[in-house]
Amino acid sequence: MSEFILEMRNITKTFPGVKALDNVNLKVKEGEIHALVGENGAGKSTLMKVLSGVYPYGTYEGEIFFKGKQCEFRDIKQSESLGIVIIHQELALIPYLSIAENIFLGNEQAKNGVINWNNTISKTTELLKKVGLDESPNTLITNIGVGKQQLVEIAKALSKEVKLLILDEPTAALNEDDSENLLNLLLEFKKQGISSILISHKLNEVSKVADSITILRDGKTIETLDKEKDDITEDRIIKGMVGRELVDRFPKREPNIGEVIFEVKNWTVYHPLHEDRKVIDNVSFNIRKGEIVGIAGLMGAGRTELAMSIFGKSYGKKISGQIYKNGQEIHLSSVNKAIEHGLAYVTEDRKNYGLILIDSIKSNISLSSLNKLSKNLVVNQSQEIIEAENFRKKMNIKAPSIMQKTGNLSGGNQQKVVLSRWILTKPDILILDEPTRGIDVGAKYEIYTIINQLVSEGKGILLISSELPEILGMCDRIYVMSEGRITGELDGKDATQEKIMKYVVNQ
Amino acid sequence: MKTLKAMFKSNIRQYGMLIALVSIALLFQIITEGVLLKPLNITNLILQNSYILVLAIGMLLVIITGNVDLSVGSVVAFVGAISAILMVNMKVNFFVAMIISLLIGALIGAWQGFWIAYVKIPAFIVTLAGMLIFRGLTMVVLKGTSIAPFPEAFTKISSGFIPDLFGGQGIHITTIIIGIILSVIIVILELNNRKTQLKYNFEVPPKGFMIAKLVGIIAVILYFSFVFASYKGLPNILILLTVLIIIYAFITNKTVPGRHIYAVGGNEKAAKLSGVKSAKVLFWVFVNMGMLSALSGLIFAARLNAATPKAGNGFELDAIAACYIGGASSTGGIGTVVGAMVGGLVMGVMNNGMSIMGLGIDWQQAIKGLVLLIAVAFDLFTKSKSS
Repeated sequence: MSEFILEMRNITKTFPGVKALDNVNLKVKEGEIHALVGENGAGKSTLMKVLSGVYPYGTYEGEIFFKGKQCEFRDIKQSESLGIVIIHQELALIPYLSIAENIFLGNEQAKNGVINWNNTISKTTELLKKVGLDESPNTLITNIGVGKQQLVEIAKALSKEVKLLILDEPTAALNEDDSENLLNLLLEFKKQGISSILISHKLNEVSKVADSITILRDGKTIETLDKEKDDITEDRIIKGMVGRELVDRFPKREPNIGEVIFEVKNWTVYHPLHEDRKVIDNVSFNIRKGEIVGIAGLMGAGRTELAMSIFGKSYGKKISGQIYKNGQEIHLSSVNKAIEHGLAYVTEDRKNYGLILIDSIKSNISLSSLNKLSKNLVVNQSQEIIEAENFRKKMNIKAPSIMQKTGNLSGGNQQKVVLSRWILTKPDILILDEPTRGIDVGAKYEIYTIINQLVSEGKGILLISSELPEILGMCDRIYVMSEGRITGELDGKDATQEKIMKYVVNQ
Repeated sequence: MKTLKAMFKSNIRQYGMLIALVSIALLFQIITEGVLLKPLNITNLILQNSYILVLAIGMLLVIITGNVDLSVGSVVAFVGAISAILMVNMKVNFFVAMIISLLIGALIGAWQGFWIAYVKIPAFIVTLAGMLIFRGLTMVVLKGTSIAPFPEAFTKISSGFIPDLFGGQGIHITTIIIGIILSVIIVILELNNRKTQLKYNFEVPPKGFMIAKLVGIIAVILYFSFVFASYKGLPNILILLTVLIIIYAFITNKTVPGRHIYAVGGNEKAAKLSGVKSAKVLFWVFVNMGMLSALSGLIFAARLNAATPKAGNGFELDAIAACYIGGASSTGGIGTVVGAMVGGLVMGVMNNGMSIMGLGIDWQQAIKGLVLLIAVAFDLFTKSKSS
């Protein structure tokens, strides 16, 4: 029997147009904590989906060995029956069921379809003791905090007699104490012989608990570091994560930067549901005329929440702080006010928050400017068609006509429609939230060109992006956000991936 | 020929129900041995369905926003009762009484719109409550009995005809003239529309098709004006209905509020982030629904020449069905006023035809239910094929 509990050999997974995983190898020893690190989009989640059978056998190339035996998982049930359990970043608990009901959901302690509650409760109590959670099995999930919910997930995994526990960003939503608890629990499991794979962006945690570390980058295995043999300091890990050359993927631009046109001071926002949780903590920043300002950070750092709370208070509760435009304080209490003051926000989620997919390109482009395009509330449809047709040509939106439904367009063309809508409102400041997410390389270049065109007209741009090359390639100045705060500000010229990464992991 | 086929295919949803309406009408025309399209019966058909069609206009806007209003039948009864108390018991002038009734309808709409748009209680629940509340209040104000008769001037809304200014013998000349004027207006509008479309290099239907379409529409208009002229002329209610259809078709197609209604129904989150005040839109859509329910209540009371506690029972379901048969989407964002009218007429013609055949109300209900199901299934089928 090999010393490895899990071996994934030469895994290759392609999606139409993209190679998400390219000959990836991952070997996890029996009874160790193995960390899997890499930037957003490096392929960590895809690899775990291959392992758990979300992408069934046959849709990828390569081999998986678990405890020395080759596996061909067709769905999650099969991998779980061998003891491979994944706990996802977004918890899969049902809020209005009790802890006990959640733990045994799909695995009910029943005989002939009748649930044995006594058995369920006593087993739950036992499991809760193991994970160190002092709550009654009958407590509803909605009444306990995120940290405790995480423990319930782990208890659920234990109930399935887990051999290999996979945690995807388990501490992303936790505070320090809860994170500490969770990590100690992992070390405790290690003593009991349970192996785990820890996916995390928090490199300090990784270097603290991991026995070995596999680094992925652009769908490839870069290296595997061993605690015994290699240096596993955070700097060493960062080097492995970002060591890539930047090719010329960004159109050239001569910056012509003017005065500060937009400034936010002491901005604080609380979570809309958990009103005691600060999502944005005392953030201040400014944008100058003709400047592209980047906000780097990981998913969940609060960047989208920052943008939406500024844009007409579209997110959050108990918002405090000041906004200045051209030195004058302005109050953006609604989206309409924000538009009137020359703000535009291009969402990161164009399907749910951007487009009306059942409507035409024309209606989507004109939606935010209907008041300008109308007289006495009657829309001037000729004018509307002229404007939409204009944008179709200027932005190179590939569609037979402006009457085409936006739901039938490709991602890049959809993004151009959303951009057109906001450019038509003639804004002074554009907030672009992940403007190139899910777009192919050619369309990305076109979007970058449009962004450069906008700043050359003297507009200010706030570019939120999870892709470091994009931030480095486009921005004149970069703010880094982490856990709701701005942890660093860098000049575009001397910024490097390593410097940004250091602020991102927040030391 | 190929383009014609392709065009028909892409517009099958738009024309599908119109074709269904014509086929159903022809079918009953044959089965009833020509009774269906007799001048007297056509006039009756319009009078019988006017109040449902008025409701369907309001309901269409509600359905486009992705909601539904179950209370309209009860509001019809309640407003009918109030108007009877005003006109019959209190002898208020019928015109003043109508204004008051419409305002009460708008207030009821505002009440329900407040709970739906601002407190965010689902429309299904708020209007289910409204259905019970206003049915109950109807019985309270009527004390369980009917009030009748209304002043004659009032009942003319539903049962009167436009006067003939030329005093034709046996044939209503004003009606014919209105038909001709209407035809000319439609030709001019269509030609103008085509001109603008050509100006922006839009794909336009082939000339032959447009001429055929115009000839068809004009033939229908002239035929019906002749039919009405050979009975008592155009019913007042048809004029009112036509004006309403034109106004609401204009609002939904060409105005900012109309666009906002479609946007909220298509994707509320995206609409909000684009500066559409979705709560306000929802509120006013329900105010409008309340006012049209009141109008429908007045028309129904005038037609019955009485206010009864049972008035308007089940009207909400007919109005909702009319919208769905007419191509509105139950998830919101899609639907047209003209479509809802066609849907309402499909049901109306079926009701009328089956009654002439002597089919009982029991079978009528069952068949209408089937038609609703088939119409929506047909809609889904063509939708999945076109994508």
